[in-house]
Amino acid sequence: MLYAVLFAPFIEFEFMRRALVGIFALALGAPPVGVFLMLRRMSLIGDAMAHAILPGAAIGFLVAGLSLFAMAGGGLAAGFLIAVGAGLIARATPLKEDASLAAFFLISLALGVTLVSVKGNNVDLLHFLFGSVLAIDDLALMLIAGIATVSLIVLALIWRPLVLECVDAGFLRSVSRSGGPAHIAFLALVVMNLVGGFQALGTLLAVGIMMLPAITARFWARDITTMIGVAVGCATISGYVGLLISFHADLPSGPAIILAAGTLYALSVVFGPVGGLIWLAMPRRHLEA
Amino acid sequence: MNAAELRFHNLTLGYERHPAVHHLDGAAEKGSLLAVVGPNGAGKSTLFKGVVGSLKPLAGSIERNGVDARDIAYLPQIAEIDRSFPISVYDMVAMGLWNRKGVFGSIGGKDQHAIEAAIAAVGLTGFEQRAIGTLSGGQMQRMLFARLLLQDTRMIVLDEPFTAIDAKTSADLLDLVRRWHREKRTVLAALHDIDLVKANFPQTLLLAREPVAWGPTKDVLSADNLAKARRMCEAFDESAEACVAAA
Repeated sequence: MLYAVLFAPFIEFEFMRRALVGIFALALGAPPVGVFLMLRRMSLIGDAMAHAILPGAAIGFLVAGLSLFAMAGGGLAAGFLIAVGAGLIARATPLKEDASLAAFFLISLALGVTLVSVKGNNVDLLHFLFGSVLAIDDLALMLIAGIATVSLIVLALIWRPLVLECVDAGFLRSVSRSGGPAHIAFLALVVMNLVGGFQALGTLLAVGIMMLPAITARFWARDITTMIGVAVGCATISGYVGLLISFHADLPSGPAIILAAGTLYALSVVFGPVGGLIWLAMPRRHLEA
Repeated sequence: MNAAELRFHNLTLGYERHPAVHHLDGAAEKGSLLAVVGPNGAGKSTLFKGVVGSLKPLAGSIERNGVDARDIAYLPQIAEIDRSFPISVYDMVAMGLWNRKGVFGSIGGKDQHAIEAAIAAVGLTGFEQRAIGTLSGGQMQRMLFARLLLQDTRMIVLDEPFTAIDAKTSADLLDLVRRWHREKRTVLAALHDIDLVKANFPQTLLLAREPVAWGPTKDVLSADNLAKARRMCEAFDESAEACVAAA
Protein backbone atom coordinates (compact mmCIF):
# COMPACT_ATOMS: atom_id res chain seq x y z
CA MET A 1 0.00 0.00 0.00
CA LEU A 2 2.64 2.48 1.13
CA TYR A 3 4.85 1.24 -1.68
CA ALA A 4 2.10 1.84 -4.24
CA VAL A 5 1.53 5.37 -3.01
CA LEU A 6 5.08 6.57 -2.37
CA PHE A 7 7.37 4.68 -4.73
CA ALA A 8 5.49 2.86 -7.47
CA PRO A 9 4.81 5.92 -9.65
CA PHE A 10 8.54 6.59 -9.94
CA ILE A 11 9.51 2.96 -10.43
CA GLU A 12 6.87 2.22 -13.04
CA PHE A 13 6.94 5.40 -15.12
CA GLU A 14 10.02 6.86 -16.72
CA PHE A 15 8.50 10.33 -17.11
CA MET A 16 7.96 10.45 -13.35
CA ARG A 17 11.59 9.51 -12.73
CA ARG A 18 12.79 12.24 -15.07
CA ALA A 19 10.52 14.76 -13.44
CA LEU A 20 11.83 13.77 -10.01
CA VAL A 21 15.49 14.07 -11.04
CA GLY A 22 14.78 17.40 -12.71
CA ILE A 23 13.01 18.82 -9.69
CA PHE A 24 15.73 17.55 -7.32
CA ALA A 25 18.36 19.28 -9.45
CA LEU A 26 16.34 22.50 -9.34
CA ALA A 27 15.95 22.07 -5.59
CA LEU A 28 19.74 22.02 -5.20
CA GLY A 29 20.49 25.14 -7.22
CA ALA A 30 17.62 27.57 -6.84
CA PRO A 31 16.82 27.75 -3.09
CA PRO A 32 20.34 28.89 -2.00
CA VAL A 33 20.04 31.75 -4.49
CA GLY A 34 16.57 32.45 -3.10
CA VAL A 35 17.93 32.66 0.46
CA PHE A 36 20.30 35.45 -0.59
CA LEU A 37 17.52 37.24 -2.49
CA MET A 38 15.35 37.12 0.62
CA LEU A 39 18.11 38.31 2.95
CA ARG A 40 18.85 41.24 0.61
CA ARG A 41 15.14 42.16 0.59
CA MET A 42 15.05 41.32 -3.11
CA SER A 43 12.37 38.61 -2.88
CA LEU A 44 10.20 40.26 -5.52
CA ILE A 45 13.14 40.84 -7.87
CA GLY A 46 13.15 37.11 -8.64
CA ASP A 47 9.50 37.38 -9.65
CA ALA A 48 10.20 40.31 -11.91
CA MET A 49 13.18 38.57 -13.53
CA ALA A 50 11.19 35.39 -14.12
CA HIS A 51 8.62 37.35 -16.11
CA ALA A 52 11.37 39.15 -17.95
CA ILE A 53 12.66 35.84 -19.30
CA LEU A 54 9.41 35.14 -21.14
CA PRO A 55 9.81 37.33 -24.25
CA GLY A 56 13.35 36.03 -24.77
CA ALA A 57 12.17 32.44 -24.64
CA ALA A 58 9.24 33.37 -26.88
CA ILE A 59 11.55 34.84 -29.52
CA GLY A 60 13.57 31.63 -29.39
CA PHE A 61 10.32 29.74 -29.90
CA LEU A 62 9.34 31.96 -32.86
CA VAL A 63 12.68 31.38 -34.55
CA ALA A 64 13.27 27.71 -33.85
CA GLY A 65 10.04 26.25 -32.50
CA LEU A 66 10.11 24.22 -29.29
CA SER A 67 13.91 23.96 -29.29
CA LEU A 68 15.48 23.82 -25.86
CA PHE A 69 18.59 25.78 -26.71
CA ALA A 70 16.80 28.53 -28.61
CA MET A 71 14.35 29.09 -25.77
CA ALA A 72 16.91 28.79 -22.95
CA GLY A 73 19.35 31.02 -24.85
CA GLY A 74 16.65 33.60 -25.53
CA GLY A 75 15.57 33.47 -21.88
CA LEU A 76 19.12 33.96 -20.60
CA ALA A 77 19.72 36.88 -22.95
CA ALA A 78 16.46 38.58 -22.00
CA GLY A 79 17.08 38.00 -18.29
CA PHE A 80 20.54 39.58 -18.38
CA LEU A 81 19.28 42.44 -20.53
CA ILE A 82 16.50 43.27 -18.06
CA ALA A 83 18.79 42.95 -15.03
CA VAL A 84 21.35 45.31 -16.54
CA GLY A 85 18.70 47.61 -18.07
CA ALA A 86 16.80 48.05 -14.82
CA GLY A 87 20.06 48.82 -13.01
CA LEU A 88 21.07 51.39 -15.63
CA ILE A 89 17.69 53.13 -15.65
CA ALA A 90 17.70 53.24 -11.85
CA ARG A 91 21.10 54.92 -11.97
CA ALA A 92 20.32 57.34 -14.80
CA THR A 93 16.85 58.50 -13.70
CA PRO A 94 15.21 59.25 -10.34
CA LEU A 95 13.28 55.96 -10.64
CA LYS A 96 14.15 53.36 -7.98
CA GLU A 97 15.33 49.95 -9.18
CA ASP A 98 12.21 48.10 -7.98
CA ALA A 99 9.97 50.54 -9.85
CA SER A 100 11.89 50.15 -13.11
CA LEU A 101 11.88 46.35 -12.67
CA ALA A 102 8.10 46.43 -12.16
CA ALA A 103 7.74 48.38 -15.40
CA PHE A 104 10.03 45.99 -17.24
CA PHE A 105 8.35 42.83 -16.09
CA LEU A 106 4.82 43.96 -16.94
CA ILE A 107 5.93 44.90 -20.44
CA SER A 108 7.86 41.63 -20.73
CA LEU A 109 4.93 39.48 -19.68
CA ALA A 110 2.56 41.15 -22.14
CA LEU A 111 5.14 41.01 -24.90
CA GLY A 112 5.98 37.37 -24.19
CA VAL A 113 2.37 36.20 -24.21
CA THR A 114 1.76 38.11 -27.44
CA LEU A 115 4.83 36.60 -29.11
CA VAL A 116 3.93 33.04 -28.12
CA SER A 117 0.36 33.51 -29.37
CA VAL A 118 1.57 34.71 -32.77
CA LYS A 119 2.96 31.31 -33.63
CA GLY A 120 1.71 28.87 -31.02
CA ASN A 121 -1.62 27.77 -29.64
CA ASN A 122 -3.03 27.75 -26.12
CA VAL A 123 -1.19 24.55 -25.23
CA ASP A 124 2.13 26.20 -26.08
CA LEU A 125 1.15 29.23 -24.05
CA LEU A 126 0.30 27.09 -21.02
CA HIS A 127 3.65 25.34 -21.43
CA PHE A 128 5.40 28.70 -21.35
CA LEU A 129 3.50 30.01 -18.37
CA PHE A 130 3.37 26.91 -16.19
CA GLY A 131 6.02 24.56 -17.61
CA SER A 132 5.69 20.84 -18.13
CA VAL A 133 7.87 19.02 -15.66
CA LEU A 134 6.46 15.66 -16.83
CA ALA A 135 7.76 16.27 -20.35
CA ILE A 136 11.42 16.95 -19.50
CA ASP A 137 13.70 15.27 -22.05
CA ASP A 138 17.37 14.29 -21.68
CA LEU A 139 18.61 17.60 -22.99
CA ALA A 140 16.48 19.63 -20.59
CA LEU A 141 17.58 17.39 -17.74
CA MET A 142 21.23 18.00 -18.59
CA LEU A 143 20.60 21.73 -18.76
CA ILE A 144 18.89 21.83 -15.36
CA ALA A 145 21.57 19.63 -13.75
CA GLY A 146 24.31 21.72 -15.37
CA ILE A 147 22.79 24.93 -14.05
CA ALA A 148 22.50 23.46 -10.53
CA THR A 149 26.17 22.41 -10.65
CA VAL A 150 27.44 25.75 -11.90
CA SER A 151 25.20 27.50 -9.43
CA LEU A 152 26.58 25.70 -6.38
CA ILE A 153 30.19 26.10 -7.51
CA VAL A 154 29.83 29.82 -8.23
CA LEU A 155 28.04 30.36 -4.93
CA ALA A 156 30.93 28.69 -3.11
CA LEU A 157 33.43 30.90 -4.97
CA ILE A 158 31.67 34.21 -4.27
CA TRP A 159 30.40 33.23 -0.79
CA ARG A 160 32.60 35.52 1.27
CA PRO A 161 32.12 38.76 -0.68
CA LEU A 162 28.43 38.01 -1.22
CA VAL A 163 27.76 37.53 2.50
CA LEU A 164 29.84 40.57 3.42
CA GLU A 165 28.11 42.70 0.79
CA CYS A 166 24.77 41.80 2.35
CA VAL A 167 25.85 42.53 5.94
CA ASP A 168 28.27 45.41 5.64
CA ALA A 169 28.75 46.71 2.12
CA GLY A 170 30.70 49.74 3.33
CA PHE A 171 33.30 47.57 5.02
CA LEU A 172 33.62 45.34 1.95
CA ARG A 173 34.24 48.43 -0.20
CA SER A 174 36.96 49.55 2.21
CA VAL A 175 38.89 46.27 2.00
CA SER A 176 38.16 44.87 -1.43
CA ARG A 177 36.83 45.52 -4.90
CA SER A 178 35.21 42.09 -5.15
CA GLY A 179 31.73 43.36 -4.18
CA GLY A 180 30.75 44.47 -7.68
CA PRO A 181 31.83 41.31 -9.54
CA ALA A 182 30.23 39.16 -6.82
CA HIS A 183 26.95 41.04 -7.23
CA ILE A 184 26.97 40.58 -11.01
CA ALA A 185 27.80 36.88 -10.67
CA PHE A 186 24.93 36.57 -8.23
CA LEU A 187 22.45 38.22 -10.62
CA ALA A 188 23.67 35.83 -13.32
CA LEU A 189 22.89 32.93 -10.97
CA VAL A 190 19.37 34.28 -10.43
CA VAL A 191 18.74 34.43 -14.19
CA MET A 192 20.31 31.00 -14.83
CA ASN A 193 18.26 29.28 -12.16
CA LEU A 194 15.08 30.90 -13.41
CA VAL A 195 15.83 29.67 -16.94
CA GLY A 196 16.40 26.19 -15.47
CA GLY A 197 13.15 26.40 -13.54
CA PHE A 198 11.38 27.70 -16.64
CA GLN A 199 11.83 24.29 -18.32
CA ALA A 200 10.00 22.53 -15.53
CA LEU A 201 7.69 25.07 -13.95
CA GLY A 202 7.17 27.77 -16.54
CA THR A 203 7.75 31.47 -16.29
CA LEU A 204 5.07 32.10 -13.67
CA LEU A 205 6.05 29.34 -11.24
CA ALA A 206 9.84 29.03 -11.74
CA VAL A 207 10.40 31.59 -9.03
CA GLY A 208 8.28 29.49 -6.64
CA ILE A 209 10.90 26.77 -6.17
CA MET A 210 13.46 29.54 -5.57
CA MET A 211 11.65 31.78 -3.09
CA LEU A 212 9.10 29.70 -1.18
CA PRO A 213 11.62 27.25 0.33
CA ALA A 214 13.98 30.15 1.09
CA ILE A 215 11.29 32.10 2.91
CA THR A 216 10.20 28.93 4.72
CA ALA A 217 13.78 28.35 5.93
CA ARG A 218 13.77 31.71 7.74
CA PHE A 219 11.39 30.14 10.29
CA TRP A 220 13.72 27.23 11.00
CA ALA A 221 17.27 28.60 11.17
CA ARG A 222 19.19 31.50 12.68
CA ASP A 223 22.36 31.26 10.62
CA ILE A 224 22.68 31.37 6.88
CA THR A 225 24.34 27.98 6.35
CA THR A 226 21.56 26.10 8.15
CA MET A 227 19.03 28.29 6.38
CA ILE A 228 20.32 27.19 2.98
CA GLY A 229 20.27 23.54 4.08
CA VAL A 230 16.67 23.84 5.25
CA ALA A 231 15.68 25.61 2.03
CA VAL A 232 17.17 22.85 -0.13
CA GLY A 233 15.44 20.24 2.05
CA CYS A 234 12.07 22.03 1.75
CA ALA A 235 12.38 22.31 -2.02
CA THR A 236 13.27 18.61 -2.31
CA ILE A 237 10.32 17.52 -0.18
CA SER A 238 7.99 19.86 -2.08
CA GLY A 239 9.15 18.42 -5.40
CA TYR A 240 8.64 14.83 -4.28
CA VAL A 241 5.29 15.38 -2.55
CA GLY A 242 4.04 17.65 -5.33
CA LEU A 243 4.79 15.07 -8.03
CA LEU A 244 3.06 12.33 -6.01
CA ILE A 245 -0.05 14.45 -5.48
CA SER A 246 -0.19 15.42 -9.12
CA PHE A 247 0.13 11.75 -10.10
CA HIS A 248 -2.48 10.33 -7.74
CA ALA A 249 -4.99 13.18 -7.94
CA ASP A 250 -4.40 13.85 -11.64
CA LEU A 251 -3.49 17.50 -11.05
CA PRO A 252 -1.08 19.65 -13.08
CA SER A 253 2.40 18.90 -11.71
CA GLY A 254 3.99 22.38 -11.64
CA PRO A 255 1.26 23.98 -9.55
CA ALA A 256 1.11 20.86 -7.32
CA ILE A 257 4.84 21.22 -6.52
CA ILE A 258 4.52 24.92 -5.72
CA LEU A 259 1.40 24.27 -3.63
CA ALA A 260 3.35 21.66 -1.67
CA ALA A 261 6.04 24.29 -1.06
CA GLY A 262 3.29 26.73 -0.10
CA THR A 263 1.91 24.26 2.44
CA LEU A 264 5.35 23.88 4.02
CA TYR A 265 5.55 27.66 4.18
CA ALA A 266 2.14 27.98 5.87
CA LEU A 267 3.04 25.27 8.40
CA SER A 268 6.33 27.03 9.13
CA VAL A 269 4.68 30.40 9.70
CA VAL A 270 2.65 28.73 12.43
CA PHE A 271 5.02 26.10 13.86
CA GLY A 272 8.53 27.31 12.88
CA PRO A 273 10.82 27.50 15.92
CA VAL A 274 12.32 30.85 14.84
CA GLY A 275 9.49 33.37 15.13
CA GLY A 276 6.60 31.00 14.35
CA LEU A 277 3.20 32.28 15.44
CA ILE A 278 2.57 29.49 17.92
CA TRP A 279 5.69 30.37 19.92
CA LEU A 280 4.65 34.01 20.02
CA ALA A 281 1.18 33.09 21.23
CA MET A 282 2.38 30.63 23.86
CA PRO A 283 3.56 32.48 26.96
CA ARG A 284 6.74 30.88 28.27
CA ARG A 285 8.56 31.94 31.41
CA HIS A 286 11.58 34.10 30.75
CA LEU A 287 15.04 32.81 31.49
CA GLU A 288 17.28 33.68 34.43
CA ALA A 289 19.91 35.36 32.20
CA MET B 1 62.44 60.95 13.43
CA ASN B 2 58.71 60.89 12.74
CA ALA B 3 57.67 61.52 9.17
CA ALA B 4 54.30 62.93 8.15
CA GLU B 5 52.14 60.01 7.23
CA LEU B 6 49.22 62.11 6.15
CA ARG B 7 49.46 65.61 4.73
CA PHE B 8 46.66 67.90 3.53
CA HIS B 9 47.48 70.52 0.92
CA ASN B 10 44.90 73.31 0.74
CA LEU B 11 42.28 70.55 0.86
CA THR B 12 38.65 71.26 0.06
CA LEU B 13 36.15 68.41 0.29
CA GLY B 14 32.42 68.61 -0.26
CA TYR B 15 29.31 67.64 -2.11
CA GLU B 16 28.00 69.10 -5.36
CA ARG B 17 30.63 71.89 -5.28
CA HIS B 18 29.56 73.00 -1.77
CA PRO B 19 32.56 72.70 0.54
CA ALA B 20 32.19 70.78 3.80
CA VAL B 21 35.90 71.05 4.59
CA HIS B 22 37.41 74.28 3.34
CA HIS B 23 41.10 74.98 2.63
CA LEU B 24 42.69 72.64 5.14
CA ASP B 25 46.47 72.50 5.46
CA GLY B 26 48.42 70.36 7.87
CA ALA B 27 49.97 67.01 8.58
CA ALA B 28 49.58 64.06 10.89
CA GLU B 29 52.85 62.41 11.86
CA LYS B 30 53.36 58.69 11.88
CA GLY B 31 52.15 57.29 15.18
CA SER B 32 50.23 60.39 16.16
CA LEU B 33 47.01 60.25 18.11
CA LEU B 34 44.83 62.98 16.65
CA ALA B 35 41.39 64.06 17.80
CA VAL B 36 39.18 65.88 15.30
CA VAL B 37 36.77 68.10 17.19
CA GLY B 38 34.02 70.39 15.99
CA PRO B 39 30.26 70.98 16.04
CA ASN B 40 27.86 68.84 14.01
CA GLY B 41 28.24 69.67 10.34
CA ALA B 42 31.82 70.80 10.85
CA GLY B 43 33.10 68.39 8.21
CA LYS B 44 34.66 65.72 10.44
CA SER B 45 33.03 62.79 8.68
CA THR B 46 33.67 64.37 5.30
CA LEU B 47 37.35 64.76 6.14
CA PHE B 48 37.55 61.08 7.09
CA LYS B 49 35.86 60.01 3.87
CA GLY B 50 38.56 61.94 2.08
CA VAL B 51 41.30 60.32 4.16
CA VAL B 52 40.10 56.78 3.40
CA GLY B 53 39.69 57.70 -0.25
CA SER B 54 35.94 57.30 -0.67
CA LEU B 55 35.47 61.01 -1.46
CA LYS B 56 37.54 62.84 -4.06
CA PRO B 57 38.75 66.36 -3.14
CA LEU B 58 37.02 69.31 -4.83
CA ALA B 59 40.36 71.09 -4.67
CA GLY B 60 43.79 70.57 -3.12
CA SER B 61 45.08 67.14 -2.27
CA ILE B 62 45.73 64.52 0.37
CA GLU B 63 49.19 63.06 0.45
CA ARG B 64 49.45 59.63 2.03
CA ASN B 65 53.06 58.64 2.53
CA GLY B 66 53.38 54.92 2.02
CA VAL B 67 49.85 54.37 3.24
CA ASP B 68 47.68 52.52 0.81
CA ALA B 69 43.86 52.50 1.17
CA ARG B 70 44.27 48.94 2.47
CA ASP B 71 46.51 50.17 5.28
CA ILE B 72 43.66 52.20 6.79
CA ALA B 73 41.04 50.65 9.01
CA TYR B 74 37.92 52.81 9.01
CA LEU B 75 35.02 52.80 11.45
CA PRO B 76 32.29 54.95 9.89
CA GLN B 77 29.84 56.88 12.04
CA ILE B 78 26.74 55.09 10.86
CA ALA B 79 27.97 51.69 9.80
CA GLU B 80 25.76 50.47 6.97
CA ILE B 81 25.33 47.16 8.72
CA ASP B 82 22.21 45.07 8.08
CA ARG B 83 21.68 43.90 11.64
CA SER B 84 18.92 41.50 10.65
CA PHE B 85 21.35 39.44 8.56
CA PRO B 86 21.92 36.02 10.13
CA ILE B 87 25.66 36.15 10.82
CA SER B 88 27.48 35.42 14.07
CA VAL B 89 29.73 37.77 16.02
CA TYR B 90 32.64 35.38 15.34
CA ASP B 91 32.19 35.46 11.55
CA MET B 92 31.73 39.22 11.54
CA VAL B 93 34.96 39.78 13.52
CA ALA B 94 36.78 37.26 11.32
CA MET B 95 36.13 39.54 8.31
CA GLY B 96 38.82 41.78 9.80
CA LEU B 97 41.31 39.30 8.34
CA TRP B 98 40.21 40.19 4.81
CA ASN B 99 43.45 42.00 3.86
CA ARG B 100 45.45 38.85 4.52
CA LYS B 101 42.87 36.22 3.52
CA GLY B 102 40.97 37.82 0.63
CA VAL B 103 38.12 36.00 -1.03
CA PHE B 104 39.50 32.47 -0.84
CA GLY B 105 42.12 32.27 1.92
CA SER B 106 41.36 29.69 4.57
CA ILE B 107 41.20 30.62 8.23
CA GLY B 108 43.53 28.29 10.08
CA GLY B 109 44.23 27.53 13.74
CA LYS B 110 46.48 30.55 14.19
CA ASP B 111 43.82 32.83 12.74
CA GLN B 112 41.17 31.32 14.98
CA HIS B 113 43.33 32.15 18.01
CA ALA B 114 43.70 35.71 16.71
CA ILE B 115 39.93 36.03 16.28
CA GLU B 116 39.29 34.68 19.77
CA ALA B 117 41.92 37.02 21.20
CA ALA B 118 40.33 40.03 19.49
CA ILE B 119 36.88 39.06 20.79
CA ALA B 120 38.36 38.65 24.29
CA ALA B 121 40.14 42.03 24.05
CA VAL B 122 36.82 43.83 23.60
CA GLY B 123 35.15 41.80 26.36
CA LEU B 124 32.76 39.84 24.16
CA THR B 125 33.95 36.35 25.09
CA GLY B 126 30.92 34.09 25.24
CA PHE B 127 29.13 36.03 22.51
CA GLU B 128 30.92 34.33 19.61
CA GLN B 129 27.93 32.42 18.29
CA ARG B 130 25.34 35.12 18.94
CA ALA B 131 23.68 36.65 15.89
CA ILE B 132 24.71 40.28 15.45
CA GLY B 133 21.05 41.35 15.59
CA THR B 134 20.90 40.36 19.28
CA LEU B 135 23.69 42.76 20.33
CA SER B 136 23.10 46.05 22.12
CA GLY B 137 24.51 49.27 20.69
CA GLY B 138 27.55 49.11 22.97
CA GLN B 139 28.21 45.43 22.22
CA MET B 140 27.94 46.19 18.52
CA GLN B 141 30.63 48.87 18.85
CA ARG B 142 32.81 46.43 20.82
CA MET B 143 32.42 43.90 18.00
CA LEU B 144 33.43 46.47 15.38
CA PHE B 145 36.51 47.35 17.47
CA ALA B 146 37.44 43.66 17.53
CA ARG B 147 37.30 43.69 13.75
CA LEU B 148 39.51 46.81 13.68
CA LEU B 149 41.98 44.99 15.95
CA LEU B 150 42.22 42.10 13.51
CA GLN B 151 42.65 44.42 10.55
CA ASP B 152 46.02 45.26 12.10
CA THR B 153 46.59 48.37 9.96
CA ARG B 154 49.10 51.22 10.21
CA MET B 155 46.35 53.82 10.34
CA ILE B 156 42.98 53.71 12.10
CA VAL B 157 40.21 56.21 11.44
CA LEU B 158 37.34 56.32 13.95
CA ASP B 159 34.27 58.45 13.25
CA GLU B 160 32.56 59.30 16.57
CA PRO B 161 33.39 55.91 18.08
CA PHE B 162 32.03 56.78 21.54
CA THR B 163 28.76 58.46 20.61
CA ALA B 164 25.71 56.86 22.30
CA ILE B 165 28.01 54.49 24.19
CA ASP B 166 28.04 54.22 27.99
CA ALA B 167 31.01 55.22 30.17
CA LYS B 168 32.22 51.67 30.85
CA THR B 169 32.22 50.72 27.17
CA SER B 170 33.94 53.93 26.07
CA ALA B 171 36.59 53.43 28.78
CA ASP B 172 37.24 49.88 27.55
CA LEU B 173 37.39 50.93 23.92
CA LEU B 174 39.58 53.91 24.78
CA ASP B 175 42.09 51.44 26.25
CA LEU B 176 42.32 49.87 22.80
CA VAL B 177 42.89 53.27 21.22
CA ARG B 178 45.73 53.88 23.70
CA ARG B 179 47.14 50.45 22.90
CA TRP B 180 47.16 51.32 19.18
CA HIS B 181 48.98 54.54 20.03
CA ARG B 182 51.62 52.62 22.02
CA GLU B 183 52.04 50.32 19.03
CA LYS B 184 52.96 53.44 16.96
CA ARG B 185 49.88 53.26 14.77
CA THR B 186 48.41 56.53 13.51
CA VAL B 187 44.95 57.06 14.98
CA LEU B 188 42.43 59.73 13.91
CA ALA B 189 39.19 60.01 15.87
CA ALA B 190 36.25 62.39 15.56
CA LEU B 191 35.03 63.20 19.06
CA HIS B 192 32.59 65.44 20.92
CA ASP B 193 33.68 64.88 24.52
CA ILE B 194 36.17 67.72 25.17
CA ASP B 195 37.30 66.32 28.54
CA LEU B 196 37.96 62.91 27.01
CA VAL B 197 40.04 64.54 24.27
CA LYS B 198 42.03 66.64 26.77
CA ALA B 199 42.80 63.57 28.88
CA ASN B 200 43.78 61.18 26.10
CA PHE B 201 44.64 62.82 22.80
CA PRO B 202 47.97 64.71 22.49
CA GLN B 203 47.03 66.35 19.17
CA THR B 204 43.77 68.00 18.13
CA LEU B 205 42.36 69.49 14.97
CA LEU B 206 39.48 71.87 15.69
CA LEU B 207 37.31 72.02 12.60
CA ALA B 208 34.30 74.14 11.73
CA ARG B 209 34.32 73.72 7.97
CA GLU B 210 37.43 75.90 8.03
CA PRO B 211 40.21 74.66 10.24
CA VAL B 212 40.10 76.73 13.47
CA ALA B 213 43.28 75.38 15.02
CA TRP B 214 45.57 72.35 14.76
CA GLY B 215 48.30 71.40 17.22
CA PRO B 216 48.84 70.28 20.81
CA THR B 217 45.45 69.66 22.41
CA LYS B 218 45.81 72.10 25.32
CA ASP B 219 46.57 74.98 22.94
CA VAL B 220 43.88 74.10 20.42
CA LEU B 221 41.02 73.59 22.87
CA SER B 222 41.23 77.04 24.41
CA ALA B 223 37.99 78.79 25.36
CA ASP B 224 38.60 81.30 22.58
CA ASN B 225 39.00 78.68 19.88
CA LEU B 226 35.95 76.72 21.02
CA ALA B 227 33.80 79.84 20.97
CA LYS B 228 35.10 80.65 17.50
CA ALA B 229 34.21 77.16 16.27
CA ARG B 230 30.68 77.52 17.63
CA ARG B 231 30.18 80.85 15.87
CA MET B 232 31.06 79.51 12.45
CA CYS B 233 27.64 78.68 11.15
CA GLU B 234 26.77 75.57 9.18
CA ALA B 235 26.32 77.62 6.04
CA PHE B 236 25.11 75.88 2.90
CA ASP B 237 24.14 78.65 0.51
CA GLU B 238 22.46 77.46 -2.69
CA SER B 239 23.46 80.65 -4.49
CA ALA B 240 27.00 80.85 -3.08
CA GLU B 241 29.57 82.48 -5.34
CA ALA B 242 32.56 80.47 -6.54
CA CYS B 243 35.31 80.53 -3.92
CA VAL B 244 37.88 83.26 -4.64
CA ALA B 245 40.71 81.50 -2.85
CA ALA B 246 40.33 78.57 -5.22
CA ALA B 247 41.04 80.70 -8.27
